[in-house]
Amino acid sequence: MSGPSSMRTPLERVRGLGSAHTGTGDFWRQRLTAVAMTLLIVPVIVVVIMLIGRNHAGAAQILGSIPIAIILLLFIVASTWHMKIGMQVVIEDYIHNEKLKIASVMANNFFCVAVALASIYAILKLSSGV
Amino acid sequence: MVEFALPKNSKISGGKTWPKPAGATETREFRVYRWNPDDGKNPSVDTYYVDTHDCGPMVLDGLIWIKNHIDPTLTFRRSCREGVCGSCAMNIDGQNTLACTKSMHDVGAGGAVKVNPLPHQPVVKDLVPDLTNFYAQYASIEPWLKTTTPTPQKEWRQSHEDREKLDGLYECILCACCSTSCPSYWWNSERFLGPAALLQATRWVTDSRDEATGERLDNLEDPFRLYRCHTIMNCAKACPKGLNPSEAIAELKFKMVERQI
Repeated sequence: MSGPSSMRTPLERVRGLGSAHTGTGDFWRQRLTAVAMTLLIVPVIVVVIMLIGRNHAGAAQILGSIPIAIILLLFIVASTWHMKIGMQVVIEDYIHNEKLKIASVMANNFFCVAVALASIYAILKLSSGV
Repeated sequence: MVEFALPKNSKISGGKTWPKPAGATETREFRVYRWNPDDGKNPSVDTYYVDTHDCGPMVLDGLIWIKNHIDPTLTFRRSCREGVCGSCAMNIDGQNTLACTKSMHDVGAGGAVKVNPLPHQPVVKDLVPDLTNFYAQYASIEPWLKTTTPTPQKEWRQSHEDREKLDGLYECILCACCSTSCPSYWWNSERFLGPAALLQATRWVTDSRDEATGERLDNLEDPFRLYRCHTIMNCAKACPKGLNPSEAIAELKFKMVERQI
C-alpha cells in the first residue's frame, strides 16, 4: 500500500464514494433480452434461410409480412440492447482510466443505438415495399 | 487498462536449490515462492527436498519441516493446522487452498509441490499476502446483528427452518482462497467486494433475526460492489470448506430483483 491514498484508512478506501444503488436494472434487462433472444432465434434463422438467394423484390415480399417484420424488429431490439449491456460490462471490467472508461461507455452507447436504428430502418423500409 | 502482466519488480527470477537432506531415503521436492522486502531483489522460487519419513502428510507439514530443518527464514502464516483458522491459505499447484488440509500426496502427481502466495495480493514476505483490503471489505458489510427492536430479556429467537438457511454461509473462515481466485476480484479488487465478503453479506441478509436487510441490500446494490460477479465460479472451486460463494451471490442478486419486481 503506497502512494497518496495510503493515508486513508482501508475502510474509507473500500467505502469510497458509496453505493450507486443501481445495477439491478441492467442485470435484469440482460437476462430479459437473453430469454427473448432464445425464443426469437429459431424464427429469425427460418426467416434468414427464406431470404437466402432472393433478390430485393423477393426480400421485400417476405418482409412485407407483418409477423415476420415484427419478429425481426423484436430480435434487433433485444440483441442490440443485450450487446450494449454486455459490452459495458467488459469496459467496466477492464478499463480503469476514468476518462477512457466514460469515453468508451459513451462510444458503446452511440454504436449500439446506431446499429439498432439502422437495422430497424432497413427492416421498415423493406417491409413497406420501398 | 487492467495490468495483465506482472510488474517488473514482481517477475520471478532464479532461485536457490537447497541440498537434499542427508540420510533421507525418500524425499519430496517443494518449489516455494520467496520474496524478501529488505534485499531489493525480485522474487524467486527456491527448491527444497523434504524427508517424507520425518514429516507429516500435509503441505503445511512440509513447509514447517523446511523451516525447522533447512531454512528458518521461510515465512508463512499458520495456526490451527486443521482447517479452522484459515491462516495458511496459499496457492498450491495452481489452486488456492489451505496448506494444512491439502495432502502433499494429492498434488503435483508425484513431482514438485509448487507453493505460491495467494494470487494478486501485495506480498508482505514469501508466502504472506497483505489482506488489509480484504479485511476492510469484510468490515464494510457490517458483519454483526443489526436490530431496532429493543433487545429481548433472553436470546433473539429463530426457528429451526430459518437457522437452516444459514448453513453453507456461516462456515466461512475468511481464508481469502475464493476472493483471490476470482478474476473479477483481480481486476477490480478496489471496488468489487469479492466472493468472501459477499457470502458473508448473504449470511446477514439471510439471517431472520437481522432487521437491516433492506439497508444491507442498499449498500450492496452497485455495478461494482456486487455486479462485477459474472458467475465464473472459481470461488466455489477454490473454497477449502466446500462452500459456494457463487450461489450466495446469486441469492443476493435474486433478492435485488425480487424487491423491484
